[in-house]
Amino acid sequence: MAAPVILDTYFKRTVLGALGLLKGMSVTLGYFFRPSRILTEQYPENRKTLKLHPAFRGEVIMPHDENGDHKCTGCTLCEKACPNATISVLNTKNIAGKKVLGKYIYRIDQCTLCGLCIEACPFDAIHMGNGFEHARTQRDGFDLILNKKEGRG
Amino acid sequence: MEMVKRPLPAGFQKVSGDDNTEEYFINMGPQHPATHGVLRLVLRLDGETVRECVPHLGYIHRGIEKQAESETYLQYVHLTDRMDYLTSHMNNHSVCMAIEKAVGIGVPDRAEYIRVMVLELNRISSHLMMFGCFGGDLGAQTALLYGFKEREVITDIFDELCGARLTMNYFRPGGVANDIPDTFIARVKKVIVDVERTLEEFDRLITGNVIIQERSRGIGILTREDAIAYGCTGCVLRASGVPYDLRKDDPYSIYDRLDFDVPTKQNGDSFDRYVIHIDEIRQSIRILQQCIEQIPEGPYRSKEKPSYRLPAGSYYAATETAKGIFGTYVVAEKGDKPWRIHSRSPNFANLSPIGKMVKGHMIADVVTVITTLDILIPDIDR
Ligand code: SF4
Ligand code: SF4
Repeated sequence: MAAPVILDTYFKRTVLGALGLLKGMSVTLGYFFRPSRILTEQYPENRKTLKLHPAFRGEVIMPHDENGDHKCTGCTLCEKACPNATISVLNTKNIAGKKVLGKYIYRIDQCTLCGLCIEACPFDAIHMGNGFEHARTQRDGFDLILNKKEGRG
Repeated sequence: MEMVKRPLPAGFQKVSGDDNTEEYFINMGPQHPATHGVLRLVLRLDGETVRECVPHLGYIHRGIEKQAESETYLQYVHLTDRMDYLTSHMNNHSVCMAIEKAVGIGVPDRAEYIRVMVLELNRISSHLMMFGCFGGDLGAQTALLYGFKEREVITDIFDELCGARLTMNYFRPGGVANDIPDTFIARVKKVIVDVERTLEEFDRLITGNVIIQERSRGIGILTREDAIAYGCTGCVLRASGVPYDLRKDDPYSIYDRLDFDVPTKQNGDSFDRYVIHIDEIRQSIRILQQCIEQIPEGPYRSKEKPSYRLPAGSYYAATETAKGIFGTYVVAEKGDKPWRIHSRSPNFANLSPIGKMVKGHMIADVVTVITTLDILIPDIDR
């Protein structure tokens, strides 16, 4: 009496299992005919056409205008806002004896890309750039100097 | 062939009565792909049967709580991204709520709606990831990719919204960092349609699959009493029959204005813990639909401050994340830095009953239990 019952459930389970698999397969098969739902980005082949959202936080940049000037006054608010001392604002004096920005050091290997420095800057002098390929084969070269020339333009 | 008998380590007794078998220990992890990070489980096995399972922690301890003591409140928000990175908005929210409570900052209506929408999107994305891992760990690699594929759409919304895909740092005390872009609502609407369709696919692909059911039904049962005793929260608790959800039981933000249900299951086995995630995605979609209709115009943040000084005292705020209750306990002294911050992480409590749950099951079932507990190790170690 017991044997047919076991056989019965065993058979049932096998058939149900196979049916479940086929049902699942129908979903996967559907994707062959709906390529519109494919999201894969073929990086790095598509490097040239790759478009990131403008808000993407990849690195801190200091935009310069056509004369090579930037807006930074050397107020060090961004340095204070940074959670991990990524930014050092080294000020110097210009000929008139006024305090101006000397070097704006940005250590990209320390940066957590939180964006707090950008929010803290009252002069809109730094932005978040989209560049994200920061890998290097050597440790040095991560300390970037963002300003192209001393002082405020 | 005669079996070589080795004596058991001191303090251990052989449990099984069979003299022909030998008990042995095995390390599952810390570099095991199925333990979802650097979790080390020490298993005491008899054949393939688990007799005992002890989790060992601390492989990804980064000292975030200690680090918090040398950072201002505003700077601390971004550190919580790195705890449970799948629910980073929710962790941020908990910190911001604690600060808002302490300083007495109000949050504009629009900001609350933006917050809730972002939180629910985050919940959906975390649950989709759980779905993917559940399928992947049980041998259905396709499910893994499908889960990630749907999640990618939501991640992309976050990318456009706040500039990051995982470590968002989007919430600020008194609101959010920036207003939503114009495309946001349209994209959320599209996600709702997409996810609803995907859930149907998931049901066909995984939920109804007999193999998955056989491998998860009755596996790793967590009783109602144990779930409460171990302090489990979130889906793990609700799958064991306790309908406790902070969003309903201690409503924060605007959850009391929204209409949604708290899905509950009774068996407390792995299958229930899986199904409840899918049900919760449906509820999150309901919340999103209401938010889209109700979102008002207005400011997205109350007055901004460069730093926040909390009055001396202790403050606690808790949110219901995708994993469970995430609480932030702040002890403030004078100054703009906390004296001590403690985070109550849901994953730690959810992992703790694992020894009880896998006892007597096979090794393969340990994987099922881990993936349905939906734990994330960086949140456990912090
Ligand atoms: S993004 Fe954050 S970590 Fe990086 S420099 Fe700015 S404040 Fe510092
Ligand atoms: S970048 Fe902005 S905040 Fe930083 S020093 Fe320059 S002006 Fe000040």
